Amino acid sequence: MSFSNSGNTGGETVIPSSDSPSLNGVTAAIDFDEPQKSYSLLPKQNSEVPGELLEVAMGPHHPSTHGVFRMDVVLDGERIVKLKPVFGYLHRNHEKIAEGTSYLGSIPYTDRLDYLCSMSNNWGYALTVEKLSGFQVPERAEYIRVIMAELTRLVNHICLVGFLMQDMGAMGTPLMYAFREREKILDLFEAASGARMMCNYLRFGGVRCDLPKGWLDEARKVVENFPRFLDEFEALLSGNEILIARAQGVGVLGKELAVNAGITGPMLRACGVNYDIRKVDKYGIYDRFDFRVPLGEHGDVFDRYMVRVLEMRESLKILKAALRDIPEGLIVDAKAKSRGLRPKVGEAYGRIEGPKGELGFYLISDGSANPYRYRVRPPSLINLTILEDMCLGLTIADAVIILGSVDIVLGEVDR
Amino acid sequence: MIPTLEQIKARIEQSVPGARLEIIPNGSPANQPSLLVSNEHAVDVAKFLRDDSELRLDYASNATGIDWLEKVVKEKVKVKRMVEGVEKELEETVEKKTPAYLEAVYHLYSMSLKHGPIVLRLRTENRTDKTHLPSLTPIWRSCEFQEREIFDLYGIIFDGHPDLRRILMWDAFKDFPMRRDYVAPDDYEYEPTPHDAVLEKAKCHFPIVETPEVKP
Amino acid sequence: MIDEGLQNEMKKQGVFTTSLQDLYNWGRKSSVWPLQFGLACCAIEMIAASMARFDISRFGAEVFRPSPRQADLMIVAGTVTKKMLPQVVRLYNQMPEPKYVIAMGACAISGGPFKEGYNVLKGVDRYLPVDVHIPGCPPRPEALLHALMTLQKKIETDALTGEKRPRHLQADAPSEFPIPEFGEHDLVPSKNEQLWKPAPVVRNE
Repeated sequence: MSFSNSGNTGGETVIPSSDSPSLNGVTAAIDFDEPQKSYSLLPKQNSEVPGELLEVAMGPHHPSTHGVFRMDVVLDGERIVKLKPVFGYLHRNHEKIAEGTSYLGSIPYTDRLDYLCSMSNNWGYALTVEKLSGFQVPERAEYIRVIMAELTRLVNHICLVGFLMQDMGAMGTPLMYAFREREKILDLFEAASGARMMCNYLRFGGVRCDLPKGWLDEARKVVENFPRFLDEFEALLSGNEILIARAQGVGVLGKELAVNAGITGPMLRACGVNYDIRKVDKYGIYDRFDFRVPLGEHGDVFDRYMVRVLEMRESLKILKAALRDIPEGLIVDAKAKSRGLRPKVGEAYGRIEGPKGELGFYLISDGSANPYRYRVRPPSLINLTILEDMCLGLTIADAVIILGSVDIVLGEVDR
Repeated sequence: MIPTLEQIKARIEQSVPGARLEIIPNGSPANQPSLLVSNEHAVDVAKFLRDDSELRLDYASNATGIDWLEKVVKEKVKVKRMVEGVEKELEETVEKKTPAYLEAVYHLYSMSLKHGPIVLRLRTENRTDKTHLPSLTPIWRSCEFQEREIFDLYGIIFDGHPDLRRILMWDAFKDFPMRRDYVAPDDYEYEPTPHDAVLEKAKCHFPIVETPEVKP
Repeated sequence: MIDEGLQNEMKKQGVFTTSLQDLYNWGRKSSVWPLQFGLACCAIEMIAASMARFDISRFGAEVFRPSPRQADLMIVAGTVTKKMLPQVVRLYNQMPEPKYVIAMGACAISGGPFKEGYNVLKGVDRYLPVDVHIPGCPPRPEALLHALMTLQKKIETDALTGEKRPRHLQADAPSEFPIPEFGEHDLVPSKNEQLWKPAPVVRNE
């Protein structure tokens, strides 16, 4: 197969082209109506030679699985014949606990879902409760939410790129650069909410407290300096030969399969599907900002990397506009109620475009102070549905970077 | 624009003969009513919703389970009765029992036409032995892990699912922890100052000492 | 053993003396190699502690080893679930002596915010001997550095001989702990009886 082992041979470096027919064959041959058939894509095992296949449990303690994720891999030499993800090593019963807690009491738990982007998680939950009980959000709070969510997107994407490079073998340096920038944004979060990671900042109908004095100037400084860092980062990475050799044409995902498998976020857009919930739902005040949705073409690891880098640049545009236009005013709507909230009997599904994909919350109220059903639609978990399809036939080293490019956080996968 | 749920219901009834549908209203301001589909026709209905040119619901965003226990709803009904020879209109409370069942809920969107959500509901007959539902994974692959999760946490068995195993808990685990009547293992940590129910629980497990009296 | 006063006196003259015990402990405390082992949210703060701003290498502990065979210190960074616990204990058993455990964050100490969960272990000290606890949810990187310094102080005072010598110098002390198995409703056994005894319930009546 032409997409074999790029770069590892040492001698000639074959840059695989993404339109290699065998690859497209893999993704297109899947019949959605009969999913069992998709597993018959496995290369024919040579059953006459015993002991050729090797089963490896990769994880839950493995430096490249981004936490306590496990892949049960069947290997033929170095090629992956079968891959089954195993979950549950961080199943913390968030949904069960939330059903015994008041609506307000669940906000700190949403922080710990996707622990890199607590502000976005807060927003998803607050948005759903606002839908469920019909609260309005004042103008200033909407702006603060947009600023926080976009800063979170920067934090998430920059960390992801760092980790992805670590998976490719660039030990330390890109990750250290990424964390240096992350610390600057975390300082902003800390100044606004009091906590670095677990911000617990949004409330139903607004935010918990107003921005401190001088915060906006600090934020403007960070936003102004960020493109310089991004240029430097890209100069080091985007044209890097090793990155291109490792990432281009690896882990290709087809459009139809991506849509059918419910892939969302940068991963979906890397396949070329134009679906950004900020544009589709126009929740909050996203219709006021002028930004573009970066789209990939091939749906491989490199496109996922590029889409994220471009998304950061678009986020910076939104941030600049939001920091310029933010008005004075109330931060919580007067009619909104956080403590002792008892919504009417009914249900609501709300979703936002989180940095990892569509983060949805589904709430059912039975009129009491606790939700009857509380459900999180985790983008990380559902984006893993097609992990096997992307990895089949590739080497184990490719599986590591494919997993890295999916961008999972285990707190959200297992909840 | 997406057609209303009533229009969708009429069109499904036309295209999938025999499908029994019911619109479940939603009292919240979110205004997301849902469509209850009979189990035998669920796969056909789902296929219609996915392939219909006007709906094109190609993206099943969320699939989840709900456990509804047996409920007693008290309703006031006006009854005419003969009281002491005179016909009078009296108010009586009638207790209505709704049976217990498990429910699977699907939130559908369209990525190509950018509309949604349409909410589908499937119900099992009861929550003890007849907990089978048809799997929609053959229609939408995104349900694969979510249906496994519903099986794991609620015990709904999805017929036609390619790989129905426990996903979050370990394989030897016997219970369905997200059900309302699940009792967690009694390894609850003591609290520094337990009271009421926690104190009773703590007394069974942990040694009790009297606090020495604090002398001023 | 050299008298401390004499030692100080000689230091002024430019002569440094030490004891084998001090030398041994100094070497050990200055190169604690942690296991690269993240469980949940706290792991991100652990990574942050090893990055430029907090720089754990100032304390000789920047060499995060992915293999338990090369590590001295297990930082239990995050929620330990019941499904994960057998692996955690197994990793601990695979580490060579002398080995230490830091329970980082509320979850590792007691289950923290997720204490009510059916799949959450209520404190890793039910199965493993914990040397340092760090409160916080998640603890800041500074708190991890403080815990590391606390551990270094502990290592510094270890005696080579005598009654109070640490576990790794006692031939009959356990170095491995039993690994629980998955039961039908819970882990079996639900705690290591020899290691963990519940604190008494304080009653005020």
